[in-house]
Amino acid sequence: MAWNDDDNKRDPWSQRGDQGPPDLDDTFRKFQQTINSWFGGGGKGSSDGGDGGKRKFISPSLLFIVLGILVLVYAFFGIYQVDAQEKGVVFRFGKVLENTVGPGLHWNPPIVDNVRIVNVTQVKSSKHEGQMLTEDEAIVKVVLVVQYVIDDPIKYLVDIRDAEESLRHATESALRHVVGSSTMDAVITEGREILGFDVQDRLQTYVDRYRTGISVRKVNIDTVGPPEQVQDAFDDVQKAQEDEERTINEANAYAEQVVPEARGKAQRQIEEANAYRDQVIAQAEGDADRFTKLLKEYAAAPDITRERLYIEAMEEVYSNLGIVLVDVEDGNNLLYLPLDQLRRQTGFTSAGPSLSDASSSMDSNRPMSSMQTGRTSSSRGR
Amino acid sequence: MSVKSIVLVVLVIILGALALDSFYIVNEWQRAIVLQFGKVQRDDVQPGLHVKIPIADVVYRFDGRILTLDTPPQRYFTVEKKPLIVDLFVKWRISDTVKKYYESTSGEEQRASNALSERVNEGLRNQIGSRTMHEVISGERDQLMHELTESLNAVMVEQFGMNVIDVRVKRIDLPDEVSSAVFTRMRSERDILARQYRATGQEVALGITADADREAVVLDAEAYREAQRIRGDGDAMATNIYANAYGQDEEIYAFYRSINAYKNVFKPDSGSIVLTEPSGEFFQFLTQKTK
Repeated sequence: MAWNDDDNKRDPWSQRGDQGPPDLDDTFRKFQQTINSWFGGGGKGSSDGGDGGKRKFISPSLLFIVLGILVLVYAFFGIYQVDAQEKGVVFRFGKVLENTVGPGLHWNPPIVDNVRIVNVTQVKSSKHEGQMLTEDEAIVKVVLVVQYVIDDPIKYLVDIRDAEESLRHATESALRHVVGSSTMDAVITEGREILGFDVQDRLQTYVDRYRTGISVRKVNIDTVGPPEQVQDAFDDVQKAQEDEERTINEANAYAEQVVPEARGKAQRQIEEANAYRDQVIAQAEGDADRFTKLLKEYAAAPDITRERLYIEAMEEVYSNLGIVLVDVEDGNNLLYLPLDQLRRQTGFTSAGPSLSDASSSMDSNRPMSSMQTGRTSSSRGR
Repeated sequence: MSVKSIVLVVLVIILGALALDSFYIVNEWQRAIVLQFGKVQRDDVQPGLHVKIPIADVVYRFDGRILTLDTPPQRYFTVEKKPLIVDLFVKWRISDTVKKYYESTSGEEQRASNALSERVNEGLRNQIGSRTMHEVISGERDQLMHELTESLNAVMVEQFGMNVIDVRVKRIDLPDEVSSAVFTRMRSERDILARQYRATGQEVALGITADADREAVVLDAEAYREAQRIRGDGDAMATNIYANAYGQDEEIYAFYRSINAYKNVFKPDSGSIVLTEPSGEFFQFLTQKTK
């Protein structure tokens, strides 16, 4: 029986892995058919010899037709197709032929040849994930995908049973070896690429040693990180890093605010000082000019001007005050001044704000030593 | 007629069967031996079509590919008596002495696997038992496996006709109870790191704010210095102007300044009361009249 297109997906090993008998039976049956057909049998593999005997006299032409059909059927089972991605491996009486069969339509004699077709260009992938120990006895979780192609179909078929499972085992081993030889920080920070390369190198040597005929194209590390059990602690470190940055940023923001503000205030101080200087100078000049002008006129009539200035000033002063005139020339009498009332009066009329202060300092009911005959007069301002 | 034909057919069938039995095929992926009445006639038959004596010769075929022995995970102890759970696989194939393989295992793969499994476990127990945990996990993993493979191979080839190609650890794990301790340790390590980061942030931030504050204070002080100088300049100049002006006549200045001061001191609404003798220049006419 030939390996035609439909048989591609069938695993011949499950069928043929067992020792001998199926092959032998098969061959035997075919052989029997052929023998029977020589004797004009139905060619249906019938073991019923009696039938064969009865048909002995069937005409030779019919015999040839049956034979011809058998040959055609035989030939038909030898036809198979190899796709562009595939290669066919031919086993002639079980022995593998060095040359593989390329894409196209082919014919190999059934029974004599077994053809096994393998896809050699399709990139397959297998995913692994697991927790593993690092060199510093921490635990990391790694998820990776191995991409591979079947490079050597003969090795793949002949040298190893279940090459793909071997690849999976080898991947586990290689991954754990690489992770086990690095510290956790190295694995997590150095990251996927380096880890991927290391695993790939190691994995390729393993699968070569196992003669799998597989070529590892790429090892992609999907994730590498802490296991769930400590994920939050790792997240917190991440957060702490962000906190660090944020705190520094806040401080920078503060600095950016405080320094310019201080600079502005400094500017203000200086401007205020400038204002003061200009003010004082201007005032001084004004005062000086006024005095100088006055002096000029004063010099013209000194006595009268002096008198006038004095009286004017006194007038203004006394008009603002409460005045108690005390004539003490020759009196020795006690002078009673109800300062309280006096103040209240002045306070009332003038509503001076500093009334109470003044009253406490100039305490009331102070007996005045010398008192003249009621020559006490009070006059209030305004 | 019919008897004759039956005999003929039976004869043909027997002959056919015999003819068929004198050929056998060994596939490329197989190893085979031929036994003649139970005695090994041919050892390690090459792949292809072969001839044998019908009935007398019996062909046994074995899977000659590289096979995998995947043992269940087992607990081993390192030299410091720490437990490790190790899951390994072994790659092996039938050696060139197929006869030996057949004799020792009856060609049964299961039996071969069991024999191999026992020896692997024993070998691994010895290898791990003489190493520290660190060596097993990282450093000497390659060497450990290499040694184990070598020694196993020697034994298995000789005793079972099996080539041990490779022994590999799939997984080395800590038992659950140890794992949780590891997690606790990892957690504390991360905690240290997190605190470091935060503290460093505080440190830098405090430095920055302190520097900014310092700069602000210095700016303020410098501005104060400058401002006082300017004020001083103003005062000096004003004083100079006053001195120049008033110096023209000090006596008049004293008088003028005094009366101005009186006016300033005794402002309206100051509420002051003055007790005074009605004497002096201002009151001269007042007193003259009363007297």
